[in-house]
Amino acid sequence: MADFGLTLSFYALAAVTVVSALMVVSLRNIFHAGLFLVLAFVGVAGIYLTLNAAFLAAVQVLVYGGAIAVLMLFAIFLTRNAMTQGNLSGRFQAPALLATLLVGVLFSYVLLMANWGSGKGAAEYIAPEQVADALFKEFVFPFELASIMLLVAMIGAIMLARTPGRETEDA
Amino acid sequence: MIDLGLNHYLVLSAVVFSIGLYGVLSRRNAVGVLMSVELLLNSVNIALVAIGRYVGGAGATGQVFAIFVITVAAAEASVALALLIAIYRDRHGVDVESANALQG
Repeated sequence: MADFGLTLSFYALAAVTVVSALMVVSLRNIFHAGLFLVLAFVGVAGIYLTLNAAFLAAVQVLVYGGAIAVLMLFAIFLTRNAMTQGNLSGRFQAPALLATLLVGVLFSYVLLMANWGSGKGAAEYIAPEQVADALFKEFVFPFELASIMLLVAMIGAIMLARTPGRETEDA
Repeated sequence: MIDLGLNHYLVLSAVVFSIGLYGVLSRRNAVGVLMSVELLLNSVNIALVAIGRYVGGAGATGQVFAIFVITVAAAEASVALALLIAIYRDRHGVDVESANALQG
């Protein structure tokens, strides 16, 4: 009976995620689309919970639902006339829909036909401790590289968004 | 109702990916394109975590990969939004069709 609850919550969360994702790409008002993006992120966090990935669900809510969502909404406010502009371009509507359907069907087919093994030895529950173990032992080099990448991205973002000529005020 | 398995998650991932792809292709507002890119990254994360959970011997690798994807997505979002603000300052709009200064 516990399995039934899990299946039910998966379908509910998947529905929330898919419907909000559809809203994100179809709403004309970009601000409303941004709010639905937050809902989609929270839905994905719930999907992680059904996969027993508690730590990842927390990271998803913090990084996506918190940081990236705020960043997106700020960008919408800072590029203000975007809120009133029409968002969908009629010219590319049909080809985009066609390409999307093609990719969706192909991806589903390939993913379902792939041989994923018998599933024997799959871990029912992976504790956050195990994730930390893998992250700081097996993947410690990419982990350190990620910190450099974040530093570079931070400097790059400051350089790009800075108002030219403003730095002379300090002198 | 059949038992929950890897296929459920893979189909959900493919569906969200397609929706995100449609957004990337059809949005004119560059912020909308960015939001759709975030959807794409999220769909890949769902597939990674599901494979880590259901495929034997994967262990915590799927979740670690998802964490790296989230890190890269954060860096991508910050740089892309800084670029958008620079473009907005220059052209007073974020229509992707007007950003054609590099077009040959």
